[in-house]
Amino acid sequence: MTRSFSITTRNDGPVRVLALKGYLDAHTAPQFETAVGEELQAGHSRLVVDCSELDYISSAGLGVFMIYIDEARQAGGDIKIAAVRPKVYQVFDVLGFPALFDIQPTVEEAVARFGQQPGKD
Amino acid sequence: MASFERTFCLQVPSSTENLALIREFVSAIGEQAGFDENETARLALAVDEACTNVIEHAYNNEATHEVTVRVTVDEDEIVFEVIDRGKGFDPTRTPMLPVEELIRQRRSGGLGLRLIRNIMDDVQYRMIPGEMNELKMVKKRRPGGGTSPAPAPPR
Repeated sequence: MTRSFSITTRNDGPVRVLALKGYLDAHTAPQFETAVGEELQAGHSRLVVDCSELDYISSAGLGVFMIYIDEARQAGGDIKIAAVRPKVYQVFDVLGFPALFDIQPTVEEAVARFGQQPGKD
Repeated sequence: MASFERTFCLQVPSSTENLALIREFVSAIGEQAGFDENETARLALAVDEACTNVIEHAYNNEATHEVTVRVTVDEDEIVFEVIDRGKGFDPTRTPMLPVEELIRQRRSGGLGLRLIRNIMDDVQYRMIPGEMNELKMVKKRRPGGGTSPAPAPPR
């Protein structure tokens, strides 16, 4: 049985928005890791991860945020997390992500944060 | 001694591809056992994490082995046993570094166990050399069902 996972990438002004859909676990996390890695490689360090259609996340998915967050911030950007559903949010919360990552209620607000502050220190 | 006890067992090849199947299995039993949707999702996450550890560490991502998930339900608790025959990997010995420190080291190891410990009431590892390794996770039933409400995402 394979539960689907997909990533759609779009531009919102100078910000790249990665919209995650489906189930992010140890099987699908490499796809997400590659996508974020490619954005940073291409010089896109202002990233918003849209979680509005993300149904599930395990530590493998969370690990991707942790691996790249410093790199994005050092490049003057950030990886902001947006529109997280309650069931997924509780996983972020257990691991203390709200103190370390900029998590916003909507993609629009997350994008707007880049105008207010380049990154979260 | 509990008056009723039911045991369910799932054995799958040691590939991350099967994590979805494992979660479905756990969710179905959790629901049948009367855990609410939120609690069932957390149980599935904990078992996913335990099986991911087995696939990645006990079996080095080789899909040619087997992972067994045995679930026992009774009036008081639900017990999950994740069994493998790979190289012994005791996740309970993984150092619990602060998440900030893991980020500094660009590592994410140990997060799974942190989730397991947060979700379950008791976690024990048992290794019988040359035979099997077993991670046993216990979740007590709460009187009246359910647990504390989930934290709300930012609004």
